[in-house]
Amino acid sequence: MSEIWQLYFSFFRIGGLTFGGGLTMLPMLKYELVEKKKWISEDDLLDCYAIGQCTPGIIAVNTATYVGYKRKGIWGGIVATLGMISPSLIIITILAMSLQNFMDNQYVAHALMGVRSVVCALMFGTVLSLAKKSLVSIATIIVFLIVLALAVFTTIPTIVIVVFSAVTGIVLQSVAACIKKTKQGGDKE
Amino acid sequence: MNIYLLLFYEFFKTGLFAIGGGPATLPFLIDISESYNWYTLEELSNMIAISEGTPGPLGINMATYAGYHTAGILGGLTATFALVLPSIVIIIIIAKFLENFSQNKYVKGAFYGIRPAVAALIAAAVYNLFQIALFVPTDTGTQISIKAVVLCIVVFALMQIKRLKKLHPVVWLIFAAVVGIIFQF
Repeated sequence: MSEIWQLYFSFFRIGGLTFGGGLTMLPMLKYELVEKKKWISEDDLLDCYAIGQCTPGIIAVNTATYVGYKRKGIWGGIVATLGMISPSLIIITILAMSLQNFMDNQYVAHALMGVRSVVCALMFGTVLSLAKKSLVSIATIIVFLIVLALAVFTTIPTIVIVVFSAVTGIVLQSVAACIKKTKQGGDKE
Repeated sequence: MNIYLLLFYEFFKTGLFAIGGGPATLPFLIDISESYNWYTLEELSNMIAISEGTPGPLGINMATYAGYHTAGILGGLTATFALVLPSIVIIIIIAKFLENFSQNKYVKGAFYGIRPAVAALIAAAVYNLFQIALFVPTDTGTQISIKAVVLCIVVFALMQIKRLKKLHPVVWLIFAAVVGIIFQF
């Protein structure tokens, strides 16, 4: 089997066997790409994972594109990504099709109401762990609170908020670097 | 405009600006539900449940579901391809031209601001979900559902116990469905 097909099927397996995406996918990626196929080293995988996390889009897809590209160029990137999303396309479409007919059923309605309340608990857990990782200073806590207020009380589009927070981050870090520099300069004199 | 073009446009935008993976698409999915009549917040909440309980990246599952719900099989394909297209282009450019991208001063600076902002955006999205999940419609408006609140708190508390932390989300979702049927939510 040519490597391009192997890329497709490897990422198909990863996409079809991991739940949740993002961080939960790392052990599976390591097993399939580093240990089994020996396509990249573990350090490379962590690097491309870091890039996947700080670029827009789905982290699993970013990682797939990166690894595919490193192995087989642009087509490799595209094929690996197609492999990663194929299981979702198949499984979700089939589920959505079959669920459609049961939505009016009374038991399904009760079940879904219960499920919705647990989705809240799950998502609240996600928010907490994200907050723990990202609220690392007073400045980041202030950004968090301002954005939270804007998102809840205004209708400013999400895109605008994301762009502004990026600019704010760059300004904050430049100011911090500048202060550090002047302080060091002052110490020397 | 053609529904597929609109789907493509909205999910392309989501793929381009949702930074932080699957959960970061949630604020955009809520934006979309407010701008179009493609799905209600309740339906979105169901989509999240199903996307969490099935294999595959959360963001991809939600896009496929939302697209399918809006415009059938072709809609699901359109939304999903539109979501991943920006990633493919951006990652290939970075892999080709930008060595040490994640170590770049400006990239680091931008993420210093983006991370807390994304956490807040997702928190606000979850606040929306709470309103859908924990309140039931009545003749005069909405009323808080005590059963749903109790279930949510109990499951969250159970999830904090070390031995239960590793449990797969699907276990909690099945538990919730059973409780929902037994106690007639």
